[in-house]
Amino acid sequence: MPAQDDMREAMLAAVPNLRAFAVSLCGDMDRANDLVQETLLRAWAHQDSFEPGTNMSAWLFTILRNHFRTEYRKRRREVEDADGGYAERLTSPEAQTGHVEFGELREALLHLPPDQREALILVGASGFSYEEAAHICDCAVGTIKSRVNRARKKLAEILTIEIGQETEVEHEILIRRAV
Amino acid sequence: MPQTEKLDESPKGRLSRDVQRKIGQQLRAMYTDVVNEGVPDRFADLLRRLDEKNK
Repeated sequence: MPAQDDMREAMLAAVPNLRAFAVSLCGDMDRANDLVQETLLRAWAHQDSFEPGTNMSAWLFTILRNHFRTEYRKRRREVEDADGGYAERLTSPEAQTGHVEFGELREALLHLPPDQREALILVGASGFSYEEAAHICDCAVGTIKSRVNRARKKLAEILTIEIGQETEVEHEILIRRAV
Repeated sequence: MPQTEKLDESPKGRLSRDVQRKIGQQLRAMYTDVVNEGVPDRFADLLRRLDEKNK
């Protein structure tokens, strides 16, 4: 059955991007792999709902995104608590040294509200257009644009301390900006 | 919007653009890092199993 082989090939080809999206959303590779596995199982079980000729990758991203959101709602309390923890860690020595590394970026991403986080990743890293991202997140294009803008601004504020250490002047300006 | 342009000419505006560019690059680099890991065996195996079950 060629259609099924095509489906399998297309899903396989999407896995690397799905994993990158998933780990950017949840910050944990094990959990990201589980999200991708669940996405593939659901996609496979609901192949009929895929409209041939439309973007398979966007369809899979939508499934992953919706699954993550359902899981997130269950874990909301835990995530909200994280903000206080992050403020404490910011003052620890390891948080104040070095440049922005992936670990810090990953962590900073987790402090964005999930709708801003997903919008920023879809547009800023996955390479979807605002229109495609709006479709994946089931909202208006203008909403995606404003979420991306707010996400960029907030991420800059969170990461300001690390970047600002390049020069004292920059540091001072950035700190003033962040306060 | 003249007000925005004026703001962007300030050192703060330039710096903010630099920060944004760096963050954008980091975000894409972080993402690409994972994409470059390819397809772990577990997913290829999973799809093969699903495929065989349907045939």
